[in-house]
Amino acid sequence: MIRFEPRGPVAVSRMVAVPIIAAVAALILAAIPMLFAGLSIFEAYGLMAKGAFGSMFAFTEMLTRATPLILTGLAAAVAFRAKLWNIGAEGQLYAGALAAVAVGTGFLSGPSYILIPAVVLAGALAGGLVMLGPTLLKTKLGVDEVVTTLLLNFIILLFVQMMLEGPMKDPMGMGWPQSEPILDEAALPKLMARMRIHWGLIVALVASLGVYFLLKRTVWGFEIRAVGENAAAARHAGIPVTATFIRVGLLSGALAGLAGVGEVAGLKGYLTADLSPGFGYSGIVVAMLAGLSPIGVVFAALFIASIFVGADSMSRATGVSNYLADLIVAMALLCVLVSGLFLRFKIRFVGAASTKEAAE
Amino acid sequence: MSDILEILISANFWAASLRIATPLIFGVIGALVCERAGVLNLGIEGIFTAGAMAGWMAVWLGAGLWGGVLVAALAGAFFGLIHAILTVPLGLSQHVSGVGVTLFATSLSYFIYRTALPDVSSPPRIDEFEPLNIPVLSDLPFIGPALFQQTSLTFLALLLVVVTAYVLYRTPLGLAIQAVGDNPSAVESQGLSVYGLRIGVVVVGSAIMALGGAFLTMSAFDAFFFGMVNGRGWICIALTVFASWRPGKALLGALLFGAFDAFQVRLQTEVGTFIPGQVFLMMPYLLSIAALIIVARKADYPRALLVPYFRGQR
Amino acid sequence: MALPPGDAPLVLKLDGITKRFGALTANGDVTLELRRGEILALLGENGAGKTTLMNILFGHYVADEGKVLVAREGQGLSDLEPGSPHAALEAGIGMVHQHFTLAENLSALDNILLGTEPLSALKSARAPARAKLTDLMERSGLTVNLDTRVSQLSVGEKQRIEILKALYRDARVLVLDEPTAVLTPQESETLFATLKKLSAEGLGIIFISHKLAEVIASSHRVAVLRGGRKVADLPTEGCDQRQLAELMVGHEITETVREPGQAGEHLFVMSGISAGQGREALHDIYLDLKFGEILGIAGVSGNGQAMLARVISGLETPAKGTMTLENVNLDHASARTMIDIGLARIPEDRHHDGIVGAMSVSENLAIETIRKPENQRYGLLRFAAMRERARRLIKAYDIRCQSEDSPARLLSGGNIQKIVLARTLETEPKVVLAAQPSRGLDVGATSDVHKRLLAARARGAGVILISEDLDELMRLSDRIAVIHRGHLSGAEPTETLDRGTLGLRMAGHSGKDAA
Repeated sequence: MIRFEPRGPVAVSRMVAVPIIAAVAALILAAIPMLFAGLSIFEAYGLMAKGAFGSMFAFTEMLTRATPLILTGLAAAVAFRAKLWNIGAEGQLYAGALAAVAVGTGFLSGPSYILIPAVVLAGALAGGLVMLGPTLLKTKLGVDEVVTTLLLNFIILLFVQMMLEGPMKDPMGMGWPQSEPILDEAALPKLMARMRIHWGLIVALVASLGVYFLLKRTVWGFEIRAVGENAAAARHAGIPVTATFIRVGLLSGALAGLAGVGEVAGLKGYLTADLSPGFGYSGIVVAMLAGLSPIGVVFAALFIASIFVGADSMSRATGVSNYLADLIVAMALLCVLVSGLFLRFKIRFVGAASTKEAAE
Repeated sequence: MSDILEILISANFWAASLRIATPLIFGVIGALVCERAGVLNLGIEGIFTAGAMAGWMAVWLGAGLWGGVLVAALAGAFFGLIHAILTVPLGLSQHVSGVGVTLFATSLSYFIYRTALPDVSSPPRIDEFEPLNIPVLSDLPFIGPALFQQTSLTFLALLLVVVTAYVLYRTPLGLAIQAVGDNPSAVESQGLSVYGLRIGVVVVGSAIMALGGAFLTMSAFDAFFFGMVNGRGWICIALTVFASWRPGKALLGALLFGAFDAFQVRLQTEVGTFIPGQVFLMMPYLLSIAALIIVARKADYPRALLVPYFRGQR
Repeated sequence: MALPPGDAPLVLKLDGITKRFGALTANGDVTLELRRGEILALLGENGAGKTTLMNILFGHYVADEGKVLVAREGQGLSDLEPGSPHAALEAGIGMVHQHFTLAENLSALDNILLGTEPLSALKSARAPARAKLTDLMERSGLTVNLDTRVSQLSVGEKQRIEILKALYRDARVLVLDEPTAVLTPQESETLFATLKKLSAEGLGIIFISHKLAEVIASSHRVAVLRGGRKVADLPTEGCDQRQLAELMVGHEITETVREPGQAGEHLFVMSGISAGQGREALHDIYLDLKFGEILGIAGVSGNGQAMLARVISGLETPAKGTMTLENVNLDHASARTMIDIGLARIPEDRHHDGIVGAMSVSENLAIETIRKPENQRYGLLRFAAMRERARRLIKAYDIRCQSEDSPARLLSGGNIQKIVLARTLETEPKVVLAAQPSRGLDVGATSDVHKRLLAARARGAGVILISEDLDELMRLSDRIAVIHRGHLSGAEPTETLDRGTLGLRMAGHSGKDAA
């Protein structure tokens, strides 16, 4: 029988150790499908490392891929902190991208210092508003937000396709369903010449510091933590639980929306219906790997991004399917769930029962 | 108006409804038994994918059709076991674990498919289940084509509804399942194993879900595509709430859903030029959300749903 | 009460049981014997290790040392497999937990049948089961409607189902954990009459209690646990309350005494309040609390106390009626308004509603006033001030914790209650709502809670004390009202009431019948 004994205050070293153990475990487990695909393990990992860190270009590509993951990771982290299960970052990302394109392709004109903030705000707002729906359904009617946010992902993607084939279709796009390009004044500037890395990364890093500050230092953050850890007690203590959920929903959706802004206004320049290879879902893995810590999200996103970029590169070199990356990421999530137990509990494999009711 | 009527009175329409409903019936029944035992299984979307891929792959490699069904069920049971271990004895968040299982099952299925078939441009086909032609019944006017020209898997789904209802309401096992989803300590105090029951139910429920996936590749289509499950799993989760966790209502919900979907496809051919196709494609998802909202106020969730149980705590 | 024949065979023996949880020894070398047809009272205060001991007997826990021996049908004592409720049930041990273990959405019959048939059976044999139960109910006098959903039943009926569960399995040993905690005095008497009848038919019974009167009235033998050890094991005949009390607590008991007080003007008034639906609903509540008094609300659990507390806490908006505090209308008051206006609330379930376990002691002390200037400026938290205040309160209320930064979940029940008391009473509230404030606390912590409530009263505050413990109510309250099925009787001075009258009212008889 397994026995869980709750731990006291958790040392920071342990909080850092858990995700690292999980990441390593996932990489080790990944050897199984690699062998199945007939790869030589060490060569494969070597290729992956080279693909993510082997050159300045590889490194900046990895950072570029990490940019949306930081933001969707933050979106999941802040929502999960309040136990608001937003699994809809994918849809919110598309909503943000769509709004950015709607504003940034000629709807407004003017200098960069007006257009860029307008595009960023529009994207954040759109993402936030998309999440507002499920949040209100949860708080007012008790509809489970997991299912509604998941279903919204499909609805929004279809809506984006509809817009791209209809009113927002680029007449110069040779018939492809894609939007008009974002105006130069509305695009996020590149960080380095000849590289794809862009200012979205700075936005993401600032967002992560912002969320950290919010959760740690502010009354709103206090209330978010209290609601997430024990909503009944928070309500009893006079904390406005519904308002807190709405704030968290708006913030979470806005962060995911920003990820979409970065992808269209910083990287691609226009919107297509295959903008995101599942950044919203990977964001959940990022958040869980980070232990829902906003600073940790940055590092977790870098890890996941290097898996993706590294696996892409290895896939090109060996011809093995790059679904391997998704597989490693999924395994990392399962591994971090299990290793998280070691953070919260001392686990003993002995007799029955736990200590909760030690004194009667 | 007369067009709409024409759709509704065609046997073809009702046959399509039942066909569309079949994978949902498997999915809702699977989700329902898991939730009755107190475990939300969001692995369903990935388990559908795994069932679809595994069943198809088995047949493609030379197994019989029923062999394929068995392989699909085993694949579902495997992923169900992962979810069960994470959420039952380890007591981890059912939400996060379920999403994790979906990501894992989906990516593993895609990876295996891609690795086995690296360079195919069009997905290879298998000989799928043929519609059963039941003597006499299939030849009845209207009712025959509507109800009795389905494949064996559809009849299996219908049979499963009856069996599930019987087990749940008439056997000691069903009583134990209901009790463990209501108050696990009631189960433990009567000498039954909470973990054993829950793990068992999640494994079996997941195997049933996987059959819904298998139907897609072995009956509805004859090949495996990426993204073919397309949210059907999530729709089943919504339908389970809509069905108040009752097998009969689950069947009804799935059929209503199938009918609506069949109807909108036919309507689309009538008015398709005026309304973009995506609007119709959105309908199932919007309908699922609407179903959740309709029952939200009175939804009678199994009381122990989502609550992990640790022995010795009451 | 006369002993059963001394040569009756042993049906159960706990032999040298020791159980440790970390540093805490819950049971230290406890040995207990039970004979056929005997009623053994297991006496001890909260935290003495009674429940742990019984959980070991029933297989919820495994003892670190010692073993359990049971006499099976027609045999002598033999070892019981540890850690298996299944084995305990098979060996004829039935247990009625303090918190009932019933599936609320299933019928009484289904709850009793659960686990009695092999899971591989293709059909539940309900008809023979029903026949056996009808017979059992007739013989024991424990009647319930077998087809009613458990959620529709009263607490007393639920307890009867729990006992029937054991009898249906032909139990030869029945353990009841604090069986009277949720019953009226009259219901308790009926229960003990039933238990005596069952014991006369040969059932061995252990009941856990900390109530001296019922132990003396209804047991053959009494074993006293203190600090996890057995300190006495003697025939009940010849024991008196004082002697048992001292054995239980280990020193002379000084009971909290309520000085006569001078109640003032109207402070908090509820009139015509109706709220909620179903069993827990409130109907047309009138309540009038004055400055400087403690108003007790007596009642059997599940009669609307929880809803009353929710309404007063600002968590539930009443459907009808008005509430005022010093003539200020509170009809749509939220929890926040209640706190701000000076209404302190001590929740019934302190772990669930009182603290956020993962947050620190300091944060839990600040949670109700987090938006007050002392805790924040421009929306930013003032950590230093919060810690400073926490350190002061930890000292003033003697909260035992490693530091103000420890997560609150690591504290004991008594210390968690002190956090709640500290943060609510510190603001010198006008009204204090205390729901079951001493439930599950040991004598020391209970007396601390009582002193705090009396101090608030002495300061001039009005206290509403909701409790199921009549002794606590009679000791502390100036006036007592009784709640039954959501109706609240008029409050009467405690001096004019006795346990019998209160008990009848708790069971729904009007005041006139009682007189």
